[in-house]
Amino acid sequence: MSNNVNPLLKVSNLAVSFDTVEGSINAVQGIDFELNKGQTLAIIGESGSGKSVTASVIMGILSCPPGRIKSGEIFLNKQDILKLSDTDRRELMGNKIAIIFQDTLSHLNPVFTVGAQIAECFEVHKNYTKKESWDKAVKLLDRVKIPNPHKRAKDYPHQFSGGQRQRVMIAMALALEPDIIIADEPTTALDVTIQAKILELLAELRDERNMGLILITHDLGIAAEVADKVIVLKNGKIVEKGTLKDVFIKPKHKYTKELMNSIPGKFNQKYKRNDNIDTNPILEVKNISKSYDTLACDNINFNLFRDEIIGIVGESGSGKTTISNLILRLIEPSSGSILYHGRNIFDFDKKELFNFRRKVQIIFQDPFASLNPTMNVFDIISEPWIIHADFIDKNLHQEKIYELLTSVGLQPSDSKKYPHEFSGGQRQRIAIARALALNPEIIICDEAVSALDVSIQAQIINLLKDLRNKFSLSYVFIAHDLPVVRDLADRVIVMKSGKILEEGNVEVVFNNPGNPYTIDLLNSSPSVEKLLSN
Amino acid sequence: MRKYLSKRILSSLLAITGLFVMVFFLARLTGDPGHLYLPIDAPVEVRKEFSEKHGFNDPIYIQFGRFLEDLSEGDLGYSLRKERPAIDIVLEAIPVTLSLAAVAMTIALFGAILIGSLAAYKPNGLFDRISRVVSLTAASAPDFWIAITAILVFSVSLGWLPTSGIGGLPYWIMPIGILVIRPLGLLVQVVRGSMITALSSDFVKTARAKGVKEKKVIFKHALRNGLLPVITVAGDQAAAIANGAVIVETIFGWPGIGKLMIDSIMQRDFAVVQASILITAIVILSINIIIDIAYAILDPRIRHK
Repeated sequence: MSNNVNPLLKVSNLAVSFDTVEGSINAVQGIDFELNKGQTLAIIGESGSGKSVTASVIMGILSCPPGRIKSGEIFLNKQDILKLSDTDRRELMGNKIAIIFQDTLSHLNPVFTVGAQIAECFEVHKNYTKKESWDKAVKLLDRVKIPNPHKRAKDYPHQFSGGQRQRVMIAMALALEPDIIIADEPTTALDVTIQAKILELLAELRDERNMGLILITHDLGIAAEVADKVIVLKNGKIVEKGTLKDVFIKPKHKYTKELMNSIPGKFNQKYKRNDNIDTNPILEVKNISKSYDTLACDNINFNLFRDEIIGIVGESGSGKTTISNLILRLIEPSSGSILYHGRNIFDFDKKELFNFRRKVQIIFQDPFASLNPTMNVFDIISEPWIIHADFIDKNLHQEKIYELLTSVGLQPSDSKKYPHEFSGGQRQRIAIARALALNPEIIICDEAVSALDVSIQAQIINLLKDLRNKFSLSYVFIAHDLPVVRDLADRVIVMKSGKILEEGNVEVVFNNPGNPYTIDLLNSSPSVEKLLSN
Repeated sequence: MRKYLSKRILSSLLAITGLFVMVFFLARLTGDPGHLYLPIDAPVEVRKEFSEKHGFNDPIYIQFGRFLEDLSEGDLGYSLRKERPAIDIVLEAIPVTLSLAAVAMTIALFGAILIGSLAAYKPNGLFDRISRVVSLTAASAPDFWIAITAILVFSVSLGWLPTSGIGGLPYWIMPIGILVIRPLGLLVQVVRGSMITALSSDFVKTARAKGVKEKKVIFKHALRNGLLPVITVAGDQAAAIANGAVIVETIFGWPGIGKLMIDSIMQRDFAVVQASILITAIVILSINIIIDIAYAILDPRIRHK
């Protein structure tokens, strides 16, 4: 922080627009910031805020057209890199500035070995022989803690797990010891315990090599864990910037305050479920097991009561989704039963199953993939009524759709629109309206808010709470994001490798976890609270 | 990889066996195979004698047994017109067609990769627009018309190239040129499409972020991925030529398998037709296996399945 006079990176008055058929869109509108050696700058913003565009411009990979840099200067070690020729600029890429992307499966070339992809950095920028480059690549894999690096270097990206692929990506970015690493949502697709390890590794390498780290994220928790400085972007403009503590503890701008309030896991406005209203569970999951090649779920037991929200947390491969598929009776169990009002759903005949299907609905994670793009909202919501024709008279469809749309916070006029005309949060509202169409008793939310921005996430969680109170629903809320579960659920089940490790009242489990894995999960989960309590 | 290949080869062998059975029964479905083997104007006595000589009066399972026995010895019957074993005639014709197919497809494939990749680099740029119009025209132009026009222009009017026959380089130019046109046009479109997808992939961004030069980004990172659909279409096109470049062989008098088949059908030389079908089937199945191998080499994800 001593050399504030000559920052490592200085971005001033950067403005970028995109030329589209509907005219020019100003994605970034005059932003300024500085980054010093050994520092981490977090760029926080929701989708469309311009954070990834900013990263692309600094990196030099913005596609022009349709992108256009309208104004601005980017100084790297006092040299304006936007004025460089393509060849000079390419010299810097990977060499002085490197980037780590989010979705590693698509960002690594599927047809080349990871060793070759890392070694390519040396072949491009240094005059190393093939052998030298390869040996360096193996060393880097070792540095990012890939076990057995000699052998693994010859493997292809699809043979690695998500966390390992992210390590490969980091190794590639580190190859030429750049001055700056840009990490664009580096851990978004990863499980919390792996996320914690990746963030730890990044911080370790930053300190080891005295690099500048630009961390682009929508997750305030992650920023709170690693950043020194923060800028908050909204609609291409910086609304707030400062040190981490200033921004997080004393946010000045209305939007930042709103963001801080949206952070899940605060235990605010909790609806207290009365445990005594009903003693008979709607759903009893009894000794259920399902095995594919491996045991996906192993002797699972739990009950779901009327009006209750049960959270199921666990990392990928823990068996969460298998349970949701079993409850929906989309798959048959290897053993065990699920009782719905005392009757085993796997013994249902065709007619009983048909009636059961009305009562259990699901909301999926990806609001873009889960709505048919060729159907308008009216058709999407009314489709269940065509299958269950006795549920409602055809003349009443319109009236009922208006009612449903209003209760999920949309306009009746939206019924004529198609999914692509809505934002992610609005689409999830449509999916919720569709789930509500048949007056279900149970709604399974399979990572239903994971793909949404934090402020939208908070809105959808509030909507789910309101709907539960209004329609007396029970939710099975499946999530990997612990704070969200803490906000919404009454009871929580912690799963790992197909087994239930811990179950109990949400407040008890979160404040006083009994299982070491739960403790590990809670510690790994990046949280703003830790920062605030310091 | 080895498991994957042996599986593919086994299923091809099954297909060939099925084809053998089908060819045998097809000849007998229409009634007395003597009608197929003999010229249309053969007298009744000759037919009778022929049937008895070849055992066409025996029960069908005995005939099938004999057919398999002959087959195992490589005997696919006797050409009545040329009075030689049918297999020998076919084996003389197939290399002619295969060399035409190999040369034409190599030119078409490499041409298409170059043109298609450059067109995909700047979609809707000038080069892309020109190549789109030209490739569409090439893919849809009728080859018999081009062949006749080419003979009129280059052989009759200009006298640069021979009208037909086989021999040195000048004899190859027009047949190859015409065989290349359609696959080239088609392949340019496929390469362009798959390269646009490949070039907008995330891993191309990663390569650029490493500072890889554009030429390498296109022809190394994107092309290796973009080639997969191209290989499939190229294989189909190669199979189509191997199946008999009928028009080109007929017009230019090349003694390939296509011309042989047409001639044998016209002359009702059934044994030759039957042998041609079997041999081309084997060639086409081999091309398919080569495509599968190419796929597995290009894409490690297939190799590891």
